[in-house]
Amino acid sequence: MEFVQYHPTGLPGTGILITEGSRGEGGILVNKDGYRYLQDYGLGPPDPWPRNKAMELGPRDRLSQAFWHENQKGRTIDTPHGDVVHLDLRHLGEKRIDECLPMIRDLATSYVGVDPVHAPIPVRPVVHYTMGGIDTDIDAKTRIEGLFAAGECACVSINGANRLGSNSLTELLVFGARAGLGAARLAEAEVSHADEAAIREQAAAGDRVGRLFRNTGGGESVAGLRREMNATMESGAGIYRTEESLSRSCAVMNDIRRRYADVVLEDKSNVYNTDLIQALELDAMIDIAGAVIVSALARRESRGAHQRLDHERRDDEAYLKHSLAHYVAGEDPTIDYRDVVITRSEPGERVYGGAHK
Amino acid sequence: MNERHVDLEILRYDPETDEEPAFQTYRVPCQEDWVVLDAVNYVKDVLDRTLSYRWSCHMAVCGSCGMMINGEPMLSCKAFVRDMPDRIRIEPLANFPIERDLVVVTDDFMDKLASVKPYLIPREEKAIEDGAHVQTPAQLKKFKQYTLCINCTLCYAACPQYAHDQNFTGPAALALAHRYNLDSQDVGRGAREDVVASNAGIWECSFVGACSDVCPHEVDPAGAIQQTKIASTVDYFMGLLTPERDR
Repeated sequence: MEFVQYHPTGLPGTGILITEGSRGEGGILVNKDGYRYLQDYGLGPPDPWPRNKAMELGPRDRLSQAFWHENQKGRTIDTPHGDVVHLDLRHLGEKRIDECLPMIRDLATSYVGVDPVHAPIPVRPVVHYTMGGIDTDIDAKTRIEGLFAAGECACVSINGANRLGSNSLTELLVFGARAGLGAARLAEAEVSHADEAAIREQAAAGDRVGRLFRNTGGGESVAGLRREMNATMESGAGIYRTEESLSRSCAVMNDIRRRYADVVLEDKSNVYNTDLIQALELDAMIDIAGAVIVSALARRESRGAHQRLDHERRDDEAYLKHSLAHYVAGEDPTIDYRDVVITRSEPGERVYGGAHK
Repeated sequence: MNERHVDLEILRYDPETDEEPAFQTYRVPCQEDWVVLDAVNYVKDVLDRTLSYRWSCHMAVCGSCGMMINGEPMLSCKAFVRDMPDRIRIEPLANFPIERDLVVVTDDFMDKLASVKPYLIPREEKAIEDGAHVQTPAQLKKFKQYTLCINCTLCYAACPQYAHDQNFTGPAALALAHRYNLDSQDVGRGAREDVVASNAGIWECSFVGACSDVCPHEVDPAGAIQQTKIASTVDYFMGLLTPERDR
């Protein structure tokens, strides 16, 4: 769960994605001085462009990390919605932009008031995709009998510590189909039987909802706790992490978990109650945040989307492993590991920019 | 950043407690770059947690935040407050039953989508070993526009025919049928004809074109329906001339 992908080019404020396609067409990323800064981070030389695995077409983790460093050096641009760099498409011309990137022109014009034909688009890394998830096998089966998972919620491990764009389609179309077919087969084959333990668990889950409805004291708000969670996860478990930043966020999340007990529902209706849904979602997100932090703390190396400033090297000896977080009610999850099975592709040095050619 | 106070008049309805829907007004400090959804989220997060509505992506892709905004069906994530007057009236999408507040019941729409067989009906099944299904850019271009539909149902809220007769299959579902009929990999036009050319299908459309006006992705369902009318008419006369012809 420690591997959370930042997409390098989202719009500030809303986080709306400006597709990689705009860089594929030849869009360039420049800092406040108009300089293509990616060449300073092992992604150059800048020309010729665009070319695969170089400069703006480098991997998402490296591009997001490069932004962080530019920001530290004070070479990003300050806006009311946070610091940005510029994605410049102007040299592509209006015809090409309209033909190949009509949606990007529409989004940028609508949401940040910038027409990419005439001005560069302000962009910044935005939280995008969780590579980890519910542990499943190749048939989308989880460890819970009869429960299948597919898509971003699942981890069937087609992504490593980083993730390639559009891999979510494989997760949905291939493993979604496998999950559906598998579940149907199971339902046909199995004679349903009363599972007392499962029934007791369901009753307990029902009680969780009842408790939220009955709670009157405290007065913590879902929106308030969610904002605090967002802030601490961004500052402590974001693009770069340290033992200290993660520990701080861990303490904040533990505090938020305690305060969650005082969440009071304003909405007591049984019909489409989104106050209840958001409270339940927050409960789950607090658990997820805990799993991200604790697995990130335990991984004392840097790999893909997990970058530790206090452990900068990749350590295949100790950490060529999947972290498995196990839920413990009311506390931090426990972590253990499973070896990564290497089939065709041996892990190698990640080299970009064409220097290796 | 500049703040502007806007009054949102939101139609509220909880079937457990309310006899009928009624408006409730909220004063919201809006920022310059906000969309109506941001203002509604402000109500939910700060002023009144009992308000129910659907939303997800906030970038006009998921199609779930459609609302009547000052009488027009719009995606609230693409309706900018800066383009609106100081009082904004927000209601659930027209022509659908209200489930709760701004949430409507979309079962009828979902049934209609399924009724047009919205999937490829190939001439023959092709085994994985036989390789990829090939389609040229020109073949793709014929129907690509109609693949852009996000099922937001704004076109049903705008359609005077659907308002008049809920049996009408409606714009998005008919445009989707047209999308598959135009696909070079598909031979299902005959199988879809039962629904598409029925007395609830294309011929009920009076070509007002409101569906295409409100479509956030310029799918042009009205155009699709008119093209289907022509194709269906040709099919009908070809059937008279050559009765043995396989549609």
